[in-house]
Amino acid sequence: MMNIKSTAVAQAPKKRLSWNNPDVRAIVYQILAVALVGGAGWYLVHNTLHNLSVRNINTGFGFLTREAGFAIGEGMISFTPADTYQRAITVGVLNTLRVALLGILFATILGTIIGIARLSKNWLVRTVCSVYVEVMRNIPLLLQLFFWYVILIETMPGPRRAYHPMPGVFVSNRGIQMPSVYGEGLTWLFAGLALAVVLCLALRSWARRRQEQTGQVFALGRATIALLIVMPTLAWWLSGAPLSLDVPELKGFNFAGGMTLTPEFAALLFGLVIYTSAFIAEVVRSGIQSVDRGQWEAAGALGIKNSLVLRLVVLPQALRVIIPPMTSQYLNITKNSSLAVAIGYPDLVSVINTTLNQTGQAIEGILMIMAAYLTVSLSISVFMNWYNKRIALVER
Amino acid sequence: MNAAPNVNPSSAPSAWSSVAALYWLRTQLFSSPLNTLLTLLTLWLLLATVPAMVDWFFLNSTVTATSAQECRKVTGACWAVIVEKHRLILFGVYPYEEQWRPLLATLLLLGVIILSGVRRFWNLSLLLFWVIALSGASVLMWGGVFGLTYVENSRWGGLPLTLMLSTFGIAFAFPLGIVLALGRRSNMPAIKTICIVYIELIRGVPLISLLFMSAVMLPLFLPEGLTIDKLLRAQVAIILFAAAYMAETIRGGLQAIPKGQFEGADSLGLTYWQQMRLIVLPQALKIVIPPLVGLFIALFKDTSLVVIIGIFDLTQAAKAALVDQAWRGFSIEIYVFISAIYFVFCYSMSKYSQSLEKRLATEHQR
Repeated sequence: MMNIKSTAVAQAPKKRLSWNNPDVRAIVYQILAVALVGGAGWYLVHNTLHNLSVRNINTGFGFLTREAGFAIGEGMISFTPADTYQRAITVGVLNTLRVALLGILFATILGTIIGIARLSKNWLVRTVCSVYVEVMRNIPLLLQLFFWYVILIETMPGPRRAYHPMPGVFVSNRGIQMPSVYGEGLTWLFAGLALAVVLCLALRSWARRRQEQTGQVFALGRATIALLIVMPTLAWWLSGAPLSLDVPELKGFNFAGGMTLTPEFAALLFGLVIYTSAFIAEVVRSGIQSVDRGQWEAAGALGIKNSLVLRLVVLPQALRVIIPPMTSQYLNITKNSSLAVAIGYPDLVSVINTTLNQTGQAIEGILMIMAAYLTVSLSISVFMNWYNKRIALVER
Repeated sequence: MNAAPNVNPSSAPSAWSSVAALYWLRTQLFSSPLNTLLTLLTLWLLLATVPAMVDWFFLNSTVTATSAQECRKVTGACWAVIVEKHRLILFGVYPYEEQWRPLLATLLLLGVIILSGVRRFWNLSLLLFWVIALSGASVLMWGGVFGLTYVENSRWGGLPLTLMLSTFGIAFAFPLGIVLALGRRSNMPAIKTICIVYIELIRGVPLISLLFMSAVMLPLFLPEGLTIDKLLRAQVAIILFAAAYMAETIRGGLQAIPKGQFEGADSLGLTYWQQMRLIVLPQALKIVIPPLVGLFIALFKDTSLVVIIGIFDLTQAAKAALVDQAWRGFSIEIYVFISAIYFVFCYSMSKYSQSLEKRLATEHQR
């Protein structure tokens, strides 16, 4: 459209204010669009302010410092009804982050295994995994959450007759009890782990440099595993700090000690992991399949071992296809964790829902929910875009 | 790693002699130590779960029990609760004698969904079918005309409601999605910005927050005295939500159209809207049909979230069936039943989408 006008006449015609001038039309359309959106926005805000004043609702975030007055079932920081709404919401945010991060971790592991297994030569494994994927991704997540919750709450026995699948683990209608580790040694264990990670990174850059200079390959994988195991153990042993295992025990009518996954948390985590892993499996499968067969064959012709082919040739190419849809699955887990409200896990949405029911501050509450999810969504996508750019194909 | 690219799924021999069977077993299940281990592990897993499930589902279950007491005597599933409650689960609290109307509406909506899958109707006649089906379903559900008694929409429920929320959602989100996608590709900065902000905002927040917004915030937005009922508000939220995702899908199709098509249309002197209507959109939309089906599946599943704001869809109807004191304790049966309904819908649509993708792909290669 734009280039027609300048070609016909050698001497550019003077721009006139005419409806036939595309530039003029564009400006008019844009002004109209902005006016429409702005007008609609103003109308809504005007109505809202009017309605709020009629109903005597004060706007603003002042309510955050008031006493919340409700209890929260679980959280990573302590919370009592005497604490403020602000702290309640912090508990909610932490709970959302906890379930989302664990969900992402486990769904990625499970999804990758199933995705690779769907390409297996083994008919049985392949078929079982296909059935899993088809069933899990075609049933709404919310229904799966209800299902797991009901299984945990209604069909599991009470604490006294809890299932005991392995030592220290109890499954009952109070949730899942697991042993936990505590003591000062824990700090040293983590310190050792951090040191090991730093050493591994250093080792990696050294090995890469050496390989570029001399062509010698360093067994990096084995060294990494060894470091990750040896360093924390060494740190803990040298420090002599105590480390004890807290095993849950049945005391009276409930369990004492150890770590508890509440039925709400367990149902939410199971549901999220199982549902999303089906999607991740498809992402991984199509990623691996997108790598041309010739790549395997060419790598084979160069005499590279099969396991190395996967790591050095196929995966780097498959990752390029995998990363973008994987990002949206991670975002989906984060957003889907908001379904917690349906089974009573105190995540961000659930806490804010209670808050806005008590205070009537609907607008502030929903704005806070949206802002929180937008922040998480945008930061995950910024990070994944950065990572994607790093591994993207560098073309001439 | 036993991952192999391009595994041929139909590598089982056709002649099923015992030699062939042995050969198949050896190559498929026991080709290497790792494979044997995997086979045994899977077999163990199947043996641990499948017989118990078959027992529960079929062998020890009862369909004919007339009361919950009778049901509790069997160790398996109590399908009698479904027999007892199926009308409530499928149609919610719609007046009992009038339930042929939601049934007919359901069939009408199903009909138009199936028709949309037939390629012969991929033209303007499809639009007509959709208008007929959607208005027909609304008339049947609401009533008030043609001698049908009026039923207010707070009494709608179950499967027809789930279908209506998703079909109306997709039908209205589709044009909105096209406009947003075109806007995002526009070279007018103001329009482009508005579209990007809208799309990214909606895609960045969970559907629940939009539903909450429709439930508690929308009434504040409207001028005093004007109220829209809860169902309609939820429907609006679903449409706005679906439109953002649809816009991104359609944008993908638009990006796949080669530049020459735009330039060719330009050189014919077509206006922008003529270009889009006659040249670009027909090609772009054809490319995105499979992902659009995927979007429809996702939307169909997502409508279950309206439970959270208390709308009586299929999932909520199931929950209502659970609270009957006389039939307590059979939640799993009811959840399995509605899971099966959702599964049948979603699975058949996804199979359809896969076959379509294959057919469209071969056409492309010609």
